[in-house]
Amino acid sequence: MADRLSILIAEDNAADRMLLSTIVNRQGHRALTASNGLEAVALFQAERPRLVLMDALMPVMDGFEAARRIKLLAGDALVPIIFLTSLSEDEALVRCLDAGGDDFLAKPYNRVILEAKIKAMDRLRRLQETVLHQRDLIARHNEHLLTEQRVAKAVFDKVAHSGCLSSPNIRYLQSPYALFNGDLLLAAFKPSGGMHVLLGDFTGHGLPAAIGAMPLAEVFYSMTAKGYAMADILREANAKLKRILPVGVFCCATLLNLSFQRRVLEVWNGGLPDGYLRRGEQGDLVPLVSRHLPLGVLEPTTFDDKYEVYPLETGDRVFLWSDGVLETCNVDGEAFGEERLRAVFRANQEPEKLFDEIQQAVVDFRGEAHDDISMLEVTLVEEESLNRPPQTFTDSGLMGALDWSASFEYRARTLKRFNPLPYLMQLLLDVQGLRAQAGALYTVFAELYSNALEHGVIGLDSSLKRDALGFARYYQARSERLAKLEDGYVRFHLEVQQAEDGSGRLAVRVEDSGPGFDVATALKAQPSNELLCGRGLRLISQLSSNCDWPEDGKGLRVEFVWPAQA
Amino acid sequence: MAITSLPSADGKELTISIQGRFDFGAHQDFRDSYERVGTTPERYVIDLKGTTYLDSSALGMLLLLRDHAGGDSAEIKLINCSPDVRKILAISNFEQLFSIQ
Repeated sequence: MADRLSILIAEDNAADRMLLSTIVNRQGHRALTASNGLEAVALFQAERPRLVLMDALMPVMDGFEAARRIKLLAGDALVPIIFLTSLSEDEALVRCLDAGGDDFLAKPYNRVILEAKIKAMDRLRRLQETVLHQRDLIARHNEHLLTEQRVAKAVFDKVAHSGCLSSPNIRYLQSPYALFNGDLLLAAFKPSGGMHVLLGDFTGHGLPAAIGAMPLAEVFYSMTAKGYAMADILREANAKLKRILPVGVFCCATLLNLSFQRRVLEVWNGGLPDGYLRRGEQGDLVPLVSRHLPLGVLEPTTFDDKYEVYPLETGDRVFLWSDGVLETCNVDGEAFGEERLRAVFRANQEPEKLFDEIQQAVVDFRGEAHDDISMLEVTLVEEESLNRPPQTFTDSGLMGALDWSASFEYRARTLKRFNPLPYLMQLLLDVQGLRAQAGALYTVFAELYSNALEHGVIGLDSSLKRDALGFARYYQARSERLAKLEDGYVRFHLEVQQAEDGSGRLAVRVEDSGPGFDVATALKAQPSNELLCGRGLRLISQLSSNCDWPEDGKGLRVEFVWPAQA
Repeated sequence: MAITSLPSADGKELTISIQGRFDFGAHQDFRDSYERVGTTPERYVIDLKGTTYLDSSALGMLLLLRDHAGGDSAEIKLINCSPDVRKILAISNFEQLFSIQ
């Protein structure tokens, strides 16, 4: 016998009590005796015996009542009660079990059977003890895990929500614990105006799914803030995830680049279900199709950052969702699917209600609300309607250079793939006076650069972009010509002068290897908003302090001035 | 969900069949199906004839197999894909990594 147990014997007959005690003691256990139910309950409370032998019929309190009370006192722990009874009718035996008895033993007692039953009950008792112990262990582990998740989520929320998801042109639906479903939603203003938006879905669930979200969010926010283009961000995100995530963990994602001023949407989709661009009065639906492997699968050398470009008008809406929406099942196990989703779009009357209608349709289909789907709507609005937070910088800039000039020449092999703007911006934003107008500065540089590159170096005609078809052709021609580019340059000449009072002026001259063009005519011919081309020049002249051009049309001169410090 | 693997007579090809849902629950069985075979096959065939559903964890598992089979030099065919399964593979553009039939 491995364990000495204390066993409570409740029996009103003194001779039987003696006999039972002897058997129990001989088996190596300790016997506690009571002569009625009330005594038995009191003794149980005082001594907490492990097992009870209970006579059914006793004075003061019978065994049934005593058994009920003892079971109540014992709580979750199993204290086996073996009823001792001379009753033999089925009904009486059933009463024993109903009162909480675990077994019974008929009088007269048989020593061998009693010993065997005590052993069997002890096995059962230990099993229950193990189960309870493991239950408590699991509960503790689970609590621990939830605490860790809360901390991880709190840290992550700080990172993820540093962006502009609360912007009025964005609506989204996301579970508070989406992070641990692997879903990720990020949005940030670009320094040039417009925004980057990313919806991601990591493989799997729990911590493994959450672990890649942090580096991806960091790459997204820091590179967007520094003015990097979508392709650069995609490359970096893919390379980083590939490097740090184990094989088999990756991130299906769609990245959007919305330019409010240029009215362009750029889309890269790797592995997420088709999103939709809902365009114009008619509500034409353009599917935003996955054309790539998810982020974190391919080596940097084989990664493809090619994205699609669509013209936008004010009021156009982009919808993205994770596979949770399409895979939502009804009671029959049928998935919601694409066709039902499209039907919601077809039935829609007021586009601003679409988001709610989709959400409602999914809830109706499933029969109840659930929160493990991620969904996003971004609307193209006039940039001025957005409350853009001022850019923040970590240093004062007072120690910067006050009077300097620099020239940069970017040649063909660089122009093919490199985006010089983040570099130039970092240089210029060291000048304190320019920081207040960082957004305008970036936009103007972006326009100057694409102007010089697209119309100058590779000679594209912006009037191609007059309609949606031409628009697509334009961007196709752009990548084809860039790929074949062998000669050509874009030059930036920068000159910064600051006075002692802090006021100053930046003069920029841009030249390119193109034949030059008639700026005055181009500006006069600025098209109305309905056309998709030629917004660049007007933007430049509106956003800068001064803008002019030489006679030969080769290059533009732009000036930014800023007042004395208060 | 049931996963069985069967080497060809010459041991150069291993056919892994997946019945039912191919999702995270299949993780260990799927690994065992190619790690616990005595042979070192040159080619793998994943038979998805009986596969009713496939999720992103399954895609991850396929990538693990691809890695195991030599990464870019791996020869892995996915055969008998139902339209639903084919669609999921297409969204993730897995035809760039696997031969899908």
